[in-house]
Amino acid sequence: MAWVDYFHYWVFAILLMIGFFGVIAKRNLVKKLVGLSIFQSAVFLLYITMGKVEGGTAPIYGITDNTVFSNPLPQVLILTAIVVGISTTALGLSIVVRIKEAYGSIEEDVIHEKDRVE
Amino acid sequence: MIEIFNIFLMAMLVITALAMVSSRHLFITVMLSGIFSLLVAAIFLFLDAADVALTEAAVGAGISTVLFLGALALMDVEETARGERWVRVSSLVVVAVTTIALVYATFDQPLFGDPNAPINLHVAPWYIENVPVHMGIPNIVTGILGSYRGYDTLGEVFVVYTAGIGVLSLLGDPVKNRMNRPVQNHGLRHYLIPRVVGRMLIPFIILFGLYVQFHGEYSPGGGFQAGALIAAAMILFAILEGENRALNVIPMRVLYLMMASGALLYGGVGVATLFMGGNFLEYTVLGSTMVSGQQWGILLIEAGVGLTVTGVLITIFHAFAARSNL
Repeated sequence: MAWVDYFHYWVFAILLMIGFFGVIAKRNLVKKLVGLSIFQSAVFLLYITMGKVEGGTAPIYGITDNTVFSNPLPQVLILTAIVVGISTTALGLSIVVRIKEAYGSIEEDVIHEKDRVE
Repeated sequence: MIEIFNIFLMAMLVITALAMVSSRHLFITVMLSGIFSLLVAAIFLFLDAADVALTEAAVGAGISTVLFLGALALMDVEETARGERWVRVSSLVVVAVTTIALVYATFDQPLFGDPNAPINLHVAPWYIENVPVHMGIPNIVTGILGSYRGYDTLGEVFVVYTAGIGVLSLLGDPVKNRMNRPVQNHGLRHYLIPRVVGRMLIPFIILFGLYVQFHGEYSPGGGFQAGALIAAAMILFAILEGENRALNVIPMRVLYLMMASGALLYGGVGVATLFMGGNFLEYTVLGSTMVSGQQWGILLIEAGVGLTVTGVLITIFHAFAARSNL
C-alpha cells in the first residue's frame, strides 16, 4: 500500500500547517504559543518518522534478540529538543504575562490600539 | 494491525490539533494540548522512540499543561476578537498552498521504514555498532546523548538554564512576590480525595524518577526524563498542599543552587577531562579503562542534566504560581 508509506509525512505536513495557521491568523497571544507548540511537535514527528526502520526495535541492546534497531540519532536530537521546547514556551508565556499586566489584554489588536493612542 | 492503530492515532492527532486552534475558550485549548501530547507520545512509542515517548509524556502532557494553566490564571480565558476577515482568509490561502507544496514534496521522501534511506546509512550504523564497544551500555540513545554528542547536550542544558533565568527575570523572585500577596494559597488541602491519592502517588513518582535517572543506561531514561518526572511530582505536591509547603520542602535557594550546579557539574566534567590530559568531554581519561571512564562520564553528566532540568522546571512553576493574585 503506497499511500500508507507516505501517510506519516502527510500528517506532518497537515499538523505543521495547523500550527502555522494558529501563529499567523489568531490574534490571541496564548493561541499563538499553542500554535507554535503544535508546529514544534510536527517537526519532532518528522524526525522520529524518518528514523524508523522496518522491523526494527527501540535502540536498546538486550531487550529482545532482534538486532535491527531504528535510527537512534534523531531520537537523541528530539529528546533534548522537547525539554528545550518547554523551557522556551515557558519564557514565551512569561512575556505574555507581562504584556497582560502592562496592557490589560492579550489580544493583539487591543495592544496595537493602545500603542497607537499613546 | 499496528499500522491501522497508528493511522487511527494520527487521525486523532490531527482532529485534536484542529480543535485546539479553533476553540474560542483557552481553557479547552490547554486541556486538549495535554491530550495532544499524550497522543504524540503514543505515536513515538510505535515509532520505536521509547526515550522520546517518555520525555514527551512527562513534559508535554504533564508540565506544559500545568504551566499553561498557571499562565491562564493570570489572564482572560475567553478569546474575544476573531480578527479581521481578510486576515483569516489570506492566512487560510497561504496555509493551503503550503500544505499542497509540502505534500507534493513528500513523494520525494524515502519510503516509510526504508532501512536504506540516506538518514540510516550515514553515522547511525557506526553509533549502533560502537556504543557497546566504547561504553559497554545497552541503551544506544543514552550513549550518543551523553558521549558522542556531549557538546550538543551541554548546549541544551545551558539553553534550559538560560530559559529558567529568563523566566525569573521577567516574572520576579517567587518569594518576594508571594509576600506581597493578599491571600495565601492553600492548594487543595481541604479536598480529601485528591489529597489522599496524591499523597500515595508522589513518593512513587519520585522513586520512578530516580530509577529513570540511574537506570537510564540500561533502559529508556536519563537526566532529561528524570528531571521532568521529579519536577512533576513536586508540582503535584505544590498543587495539593499549597506552594508555601512545597517551598518548605525545597526552598527557592536550593532550587537556584540545583539549576546552577547541574550545568556547572556538566561543564566541570569537561574541564576535568581537559586537566587529565584528554579533550573537552573526552570521558575515557576518567577511568582506568575506556569503558569505565566513559561510564563515569555519562553517569556524572546525566546527574548534572537531571539537577538542572528539575531545578529549572520547579522554579518556572513557582514563578508563575507566585505571580497569580498579585
